[in-house]
Amino acid sequence: MAPLLEVQDLTTRFYTLDGIVHAVNGISYTVEEGDTLGIVGESGCGKSVSVLSVMGLIPEPPGKIAAGQVLYKGQDLLQLDQKQMERIRGKEIAMVFQDPMTSLNPVLTIGHQIGESLIVHLGMGQKEARRQSVELLDMVGIPQAADRYSDYPHQFSGGMRQRAMIAMALACSPNIFIADEPTTALDVTIQAQIIDLVKTLRDQLGMAVIWITHDLGIIAGLAEKVLVMYAGFFIERGSVDDIYGDPRHPYTLALLKSVPRVDRTSKERLAVISGLPPDLLGLPPGCPFAPRCTYMVEQCRKENPCLEPIGFGHEIACWVDVTTGRER
Amino acid sequence: MRGKKVLVKTESLKKHFPITRGIIFQQQVGSVRAVDGVTLNIYRGETLGLVGESGCGKTTAGRTILQLYRPTSGRVIFDGTDLTILKGEPLRDMRRRMQMIFQDPYASLNPRMTIARIISEPLRAHKLTSAKEQVDRVQELLRLVRLNPRFINRYPHEFSGGQRQRIGVARALASNPEFIVCDEPISALDVSIQAQIVNLLEDLQDKLGLTYMFIAHDLSMVRHICDRVAVMYLGKIVELAIKDELYDHPLHPYTQALMSAVPVPDPVVERKRKRIILEGDVPSPINPPPGCHFSTRCPIAREECFHQEPPWRDVGGGHFVACHEC
Repeated sequence: MAPLLEVQDLTTRFYTLDGIVHAVNGISYTVEEGDTLGIVGESGCGKSVSVLSVMGLIPEPPGKIAAGQVLYKGQDLLQLDQKQMERIRGKEIAMVFQDPMTSLNPVLTIGHQIGESLIVHLGMGQKEARRQSVELLDMVGIPQAADRYSDYPHQFSGGMRQRAMIAMALACSPNIFIADEPTTALDVTIQAQIIDLVKTLRDQLGMAVIWITHDLGIIAGLAEKVLVMYAGFFIERGSVDDIYGDPRHPYTLALLKSVPRVDRTSKERLAVISGLPPDLLGLPPGCPFAPRCTYMVEQCRKENPCLEPIGFGHEIACWVDVTTGRER
Repeated sequence: MRGKKVLVKTESLKKHFPITRGIIFQQQVGSVRAVDGVTLNIYRGETLGLVGESGCGKTTAGRTILQLYRPTSGRVIFDGTDLTILKGEPLRDMRRRMQMIFQDPYASLNPRMTIARIISEPLRAHKLTSAKEQVDRVQELLRLVRLNPRFINRYPHEFSGGQRQRIGVARALASNPEFIVCDEPISALDVSIQAQIVNLLEDLQDKLGLTYMFIAHDLSMVRHICDRVAVMYLGKIVELAIKDELYDHPLHPYTQALMSAVPVPDPVVERKRKRIILEGDVPSPINPPPGCHFSTRCPIAREECFHQEPPWRDVGGGHFVACHEC
């Protein structure tokens, strides 16, 4: 059976006045039913662009999906026109964005915005949509949902707005739920509420989740498979235990060492990744992490390594074996 | 903390912001109790962490200590001098000795000023150096924060976020302060850059003997950098202890919930951890709940908690908590 979502060799570029921004450079991954996939990376590494491309939300121009396929149940989403895509977006694949304040329309009530997708996608009547919207608000844990239905976004707190966004995304019971850093703007206690909610709903509704974040901690407790992204490339892929227990790419290794842990005390200095993330306008030839890498060898400057398996389901894109420090 | 000298001391510090109604005849109809009775000591050479959720008054507390906001009541004693009664020139002299590093390195540097002007502004404001010496001093400060001294004539937009935050640090160091309030200095930066700034702050503390108040919501980083940590909720400090004591044996139910909510980058640990999920949101500081401010969300609240404010108790070993139940 074909996987639910299969992204092949996806390449997205932005044509700007300063030059071509190589935001996503040929990434491939698959999502099966009920999977939870975590995509980790720093800001500007292309993680948001990679899922916006899947959703067909890249503004063209300046953006352009230069190559690749996005197969949803065997159908290439990139070949669909706007009308056809609208039938998939929100119904089959839904997304929650980072900032709940700017992604809600301030002049429409929360209830109206949730009901909209029910009316558009499922052809519900006003009354039916209203009843269903209240139920959804209740499901995501908004107290007195029937009363809050006619509130405007400014009357909701940050955590409640993000819950409303999730209710909206779940309205049509999507098969894939994409979360683009939905808790970055929220406090840790509210973040814990939201993650708990998504976990419960995932298990209840059996949807696949793609969760994008820069926070290594969130992924550890949520995802089964993890993709580490750097400069528009996947540089390591594996199960959550592989990535955290046995990281093999120098970037993953350094990233994990550079964050302190709340459950441990450390007298040591934090490990530092020197330098800056590369400019996607002009990537150097070779491995994009090479200028910051402590394991760098001659080969790294010449050729960019591809993802290669090093264990069962564990792949890295690196010329060096970090366990020995020598070329593989 | 015996044998250590207190550098900054606050006594039931309060800062209420008035809410007014009317245009010409303004009437005060209420107040936002941003900081509502904070008493703490900051010892010379230590790093005190101040943590809490957004809107709990951490930033206001920091600014009120520095007299950027004049407090509604209470006292701030800096090295034996009460700052709240000072005005004019004497206050200005004290201000030289305390500085602030801001959260957003993009908003806190004037885009029209060169780096040299930005960093030398405290020198000019306090008339610390002659015009001739200024350039040397700025270059020295840039070297101190590990930036190239040749950058002095560049503008902020030519720098990355991490570099800008270094410029912010250099400006704070310009007047040779003893005390620096770091208000979320790393939260706007990328993960791989955060460690660079934290290590820099630690090195500067060793080299210059600085005292920090580190305001943050990232509890993992606070555990790394601080000596003691205070937890704030709705304008009040609910618990204060030496960091390992606080993180390993939190007493206040809010601290416990806060600690359990922080994800750990380790799937093995994550599977075993129990989360305490708090219901609802932080109440409004305009109308905080009577009694214990946390009572509305507290899982173990009893009758008394809703009426009576819990006392600030010393439970030994420099560990303080404000709770009826623990």
